[in-house]
Amino acid sequence: MSIEVKNITKNFGQIRVLDDINLRIDSGELVALLGPSGCGKTTLLRIIAGLETADHGSVYLEDDDATLSGARERQVGFVFQHYALFRHMSVFENVAFGLRVKPRNERPSEEKIRDKAHELLDMVQLKFLKDRFPSQLSGGQRQRIALARALAIEPRVLLLDEPFGALDAKVRKELRKWLRKLHDELHVTSVFVTHDQEEALEVSDTVVLMNRGKLEQVGTPEQVYDHPATPFAYGFLGNVNRFEGALTAGKFRIGDILLEHSTPELSRDQASVVAFARPADLDIVTAQSRQEGIPATIDRILSFGQTSKIELTSSVALTDTGKASEYEVQWPRNRVEDAALKEGMSVKLIPTALRVFGR
Amino acid sequence: MSQQLIVAHAKPSGTEAKFVRRLLITLALLFVFLFLVLPLAAVFTEALRKGLGAYFASMEDPDSWAAVRLTLFITAIVVPMNLAFGVCAAWAVAKHDFKGKSFLITLIDLPFSVSPVVAGLVYVLVFGANGWFGGWLLAHDIKIIFAVPGMIIATVFVTLPFIARELIPLMQSQGTDEEQAAIVLGASGWQVFTKVTLPNIKWGLIYGVILCNARSMGEFGAVAVVSGHIRGQTNTMPLQVEILYNEYQSVAAFAIASLLALLALLTLVIKTFVEWRQHKAEQQLAQGVS
Repeated sequence: MSIEVKNITKNFGQIRVLDDINLRIDSGELVALLGPSGCGKTTLLRIIAGLETADHGSVYLEDDDATLSGARERQVGFVFQHYALFRHMSVFENVAFGLRVKPRNERPSEEKIRDKAHELLDMVQLKFLKDRFPSQLSGGQRQRIALARALAIEPRVLLLDEPFGALDAKVRKELRKWLRKLHDELHVTSVFVTHDQEEALEVSDTVVLMNRGKLEQVGTPEQVYDHPATPFAYGFLGNVNRFEGALTAGKFRIGDILLEHSTPELSRDQASVVAFARPADLDIVTAQSRQEGIPATIDRILSFGQTSKIELTSSVALTDTGKASEYEVQWPRNRVEDAALKEGMSVKLIPTALRVFGR
Repeated sequence: MSQQLIVAHAKPSGTEAKFVRRLLITLALLFVFLFLVLPLAAVFTEALRKGLGAYFASMEDPDSWAAVRLTLFITAIVVPMNLAFGVCAAWAVAKHDFKGKSFLITLIDLPFSVSPVVAGLVYVLVFGANGWFGGWLLAHDIKIIFAVPGMIIATVFVTLPFIARELIPLMQSQGTDEEQAAIVLGASGWQVFTKVTLPNIKWGLIYGVILCNARSMGEFGAVAVVSGHIRGQTNTMPLQVEILYNEYQSVAAFAIASLLALLALLTLVIKTFVEWRQHKAEQQLAQGVS
């Protein structure tokens, strides 16, 4: 079942939380709605579920206009961040709830309800907990029960609101993999909200990056990570070094330093631009080198396993706020050793792949 | 109390804390004995002063019986009314956002801050023979003031906050997640209420009903103003006690009073039981991972 939202706008009082959102999610996809808190991602998910109504725009489920139907009619599975399990019901009753509340003529027999609930509990591997109450389960177990409960009504789409947000790091990683596997088995169109970029990149087929109520970029994890479309996307996905400067005669200029950049489409001179380079896309040469680069001092070298992280400060290139810029470089460990880099050394920093954005 | 004790423990000067603690406990117990236990005991001793025979004889007085019946009748109407209102109001306040919500909460609290006598007088002003609707009511031969309907209205007013006030914080703390989950799973509004909301507020609701019940049986001020004290017709138990006492029939007065006190004690027992159950249910919920 595909999902499509058209021109969705939503205000909470004076604040515009969603601004003219257009998005299509194809059948069977696993999509991550990614963004910082307050970017409107949860609101968008709740609008798709029918738990919230948009001020403008429409929601289509499998090309049917569902804008006016309530959450009850949409037949979606929704998993809440804090599980929202029925506290006074056993695990079994929680899972069976969706079947028990069906209108009499659609309601399966008691035997079928039991079979279905057991089947779902088997699927989440928690059948042995069926007589427990939610309060007696761990966070990870609760979330899996919440998922089983949502799947009981055979939802057309599965919506998950920060499904792993309240779990500790280890359980989170396990559940992530498990969710991916489950999705590959069930192929139900799924959308999950997260503020964790690693989670989004690892689990989803498509990442929808949101910021301030707008879509920043939609694409596969590779696309959004390797080719961020906006400065925000650059900053939000993975570590990145930010440079502030100008475009002069096809070069990126900081103060008197002219650097090559990899954005040939920007040829016009501009007085104020920002540029980004991933930590692996920076060269370090000695201060005596003739090459042009940003003078900087190595503060720390952190070596774990195969990679080394080098932290540098430059007092020449200042940020907007007048503070000394800090940079991070990631190199293979042997390269650091070959170059004989030491903490406290004065060096020059040369971006090898610098992506410039006009303002 | 236990919190105070903990504070006392935390004080470094142990001996002084111990002394202070004992003094405070003694004072508290003395206070409770003087103002609660002693009067209660007095009610029963006074009622039984002339023996069990006189005690039961005074109960057989038809006017007194009428008062008992009327009290139970009024309570039987008032409690369900406030039950319905309390649940609706708490549901509206705790689970929905709307304009004038804080005003509604203030309004629910009004009976706590207004003297019951004033409340009674207001109803006399509105529904009494010389009141706003008095002429119309008289013309249609509807009696509210100095009749049972007025007493019911006055009692409803006084006991209005009990159930709503009990439920609002409980429902607010539970949030709306479970209800939303039920809706997404396809439950109708009624199913959400009966299968999710009601079971979650069950013990709080019973607690509220008990308090409301106790107050509606014991209400004096507001009812006294609107009842008119017609013997055998518009006297509830508290009013009957007053009349009997004023007529120096102290055994009969204390006999009725002892009945009221017994009802109160029974309420207390049920309340304690409910609290104990509630506590147990909460403990069960709080057991956490096993």
